[in-house]
Amino acid sequence: MSKPSVAVHKFSSCDGCQLAFLNAGEDLLTLSGLVDIRHFLEAGLADEEAEVDIAFVEGSISTADEAERIRKVRAKSRLLVTLGACATSGGLQALRNLDESNEDWKQAIYARPEFIRTLAHAEPVRAHVRVDFELWGCPVNGRQVLAAVRQLLFGVNPLDERDKVCMECKRQNVVCVMVAHDKPCMGPVTRTGCGALCPRFGRDCYACFGPAEQANTSALAQRLEGLGLPPADVARRFLFINSQAPAFHAEGLKHYQPGFANGDRQ
Amino acid sequence: MQHANFLLRSDLQQMLNIISGDGFRVLGPRLRDGAIFYEDLRAVDELPGGWGDVQSPGRYRLEHQESPRYFAWANGPQALKPHLFRPRESLWRVNREDGGELAFSEPAMPDAPLAIIGVRACDLAALELQDRHFLGSIPDPYYAARREGLLIVAVHCTHPADTCFCASTGDGPRAERGFDLALSELDEGYLVEVGSERGERIARRLPLQASSEAQRQLAAAEIEGAAARQTRRLPEGNLRDTLFARLDHARWDEVAARCLSCGNCTSVCPTCFCHAEQDVPALDATSSEHVRQWDSCFTEGHSYIHGIVIRAETGQRYRQWMTHKLGSWHDQYGRSGCVGCGRCLTWCPVGIDLTEEAQAICAPLKDEAEDKTGDAIEEGKV
Repeated sequence: MSKPSVAVHKFSSCDGCQLAFLNAGEDLLTLSGLVDIRHFLEAGLADEEAEVDIAFVEGSISTADEAERIRKVRAKSRLLVTLGACATSGGLQALRNLDESNEDWKQAIYARPEFIRTLAHAEPVRAHVRVDFELWGCPVNGRQVLAAVRQLLFGVNPLDERDKVCMECKRQNVVCVMVAHDKPCMGPVTRTGCGALCPRFGRDCYACFGPAEQANTSALAQRLEGLGLPPADVARRFLFINSQAPAFHAEGLKHYQPGFANGDRQ
Repeated sequence: MQHANFLLRSDLQQMLNIISGDGFRVLGPRLRDGAIFYEDLRAVDELPGGWGDVQSPGRYRLEHQESPRYFAWANGPQALKPHLFRPRESLWRVNREDGGELAFSEPAMPDAPLAIIGVRACDLAALELQDRHFLGSIPDPYYAARREGLLIVAVHCTHPADTCFCASTGDGPRAERGFDLALSELDEGYLVEVGSERGERIARRLPLQASSEAQRQLAAAEIEGAAARQTRRLPEGNLRDTLFARLDHARWDEVAARCLSCGNCTSVCPTCFCHAEQDVPALDATSSEHVRQWDSCFTEGHSYIHGIVIRAETGQRYRQWMTHKLGSWHDQYGRSGCVGCGRCLTWCPVGIDLTEEAQAICAPLKDEAEDKTGDAIEEGKV
């Protein structure tokens, strides 16, 4: 029996999530024994047209070329799994969606903006094609990625970890940075998966794993206001890495002031 | 004639030495990241000398004062629970051998029994409840292994927090039972009470002196004062029938609007015992670990059965937590599941107060209340 085939595709992203594979150490060797990796540019394997059992997709859909390419990837993949915040919810670059500010950014950043062809919005993969499973995080957690691979190889749905970060903080005996230190922590609305990485180092969670299930964003927003955050900062807490995740998008817009994405703090 | 029961502050280290010399791993209150936790303790100067805690719903702060006392605080986010019922642990492991057969193995159990210093009355009451759950008709071997031989040195609480209500649940501030030794802390030292034969064997080796009448009176007065200073309380009596008669109370939705459903209250609750189990297979599928970790009635997984989440809404989850904790615990364990430690108030990021919610839900219903208002008007009280 031939080994299941895998591809890792990159769209608009920083490449950081692909490191979940490349930094896996011994597990990468194990993985290469279990599957046939057909396409993974960052690892030097190029066969974009290969038909595969599992395609991992990093990055958001940000250009017309990408919109076309993701449809081909979908057509050639039995299962499609998004890899990280960009592919799952648009990522940081989707902040340009907020003010319809794509054109402004292009003019501000590029020496020859006339050569830049981007779509007005950076969008999650789900907005373009059917997605079988989503891995959240900026970046993803290597443990979650490999666990998902293992479960897919078993032929079962990967475990979707949707609990709040708070559950993980308590399991790790971390002191609550909000209760004990007044930090504007997003943990109570953010899905676990990171291992409570930031609170373990005394930092407030900034929601890079996206919304948890039953995320009471309005109650948390009210608490953030109680900690003294002005509306623009409350908006930034929700409209950051996962601004296109519906729960964060809706709450963020309640506090949002136009001009935010251009750095105009008014 | 009072027998010798006073230990000088400067001799407290001897107690630690005796206990660790008897083969115990000694844990005691220590400062970490702005809170007090029970962690490995070797020397008395590792204790939180002069530190106190200021707590209110959704807020916890340590404050330092010029005081020689080591136990002038109420409690931290956790006490005994994580040391006996581990937040995450492997229950068993399975390996596929070369021949294809499966070999199961259990994790190694701790070799040294635990001794925990500075335990509060509320947490002793919680320990008794965890025992009823984990050591009941089907004992949990993992909990039992850590519980066996556990030695407890209690310290009566003299510094309750604003969030404490142990006096109203009848669980403190004096530690009444379940300890080997119990201490009353005074500025110059400790009054030592013996609670078990093991405690007696430790006490016999301590350089105890006779206590004075004044010391005994002060110690008693400080504990009484700690009860008197508590302002919060749960409604009295068994709330089971009242709570289950009010499953449609409007307050459930009202609290759900504030509740983050984050599970902090249940995680810090010293009596909550819910957990989830899952298998964690190695990538090469030649081995797998069966892991248990803390769960909460505030997660969707808690009420998931095949294809459906029973309590999808936060209001249903809050109702589950309160009706179980204050209601059906009476049927399961013979008493309420709340020991009045106040942790669920303090460590709730949005400061939801269990006592306030219980008062609201158990208050006389509208028609009853109107009757009473009517009476009050007649009596000229309104």
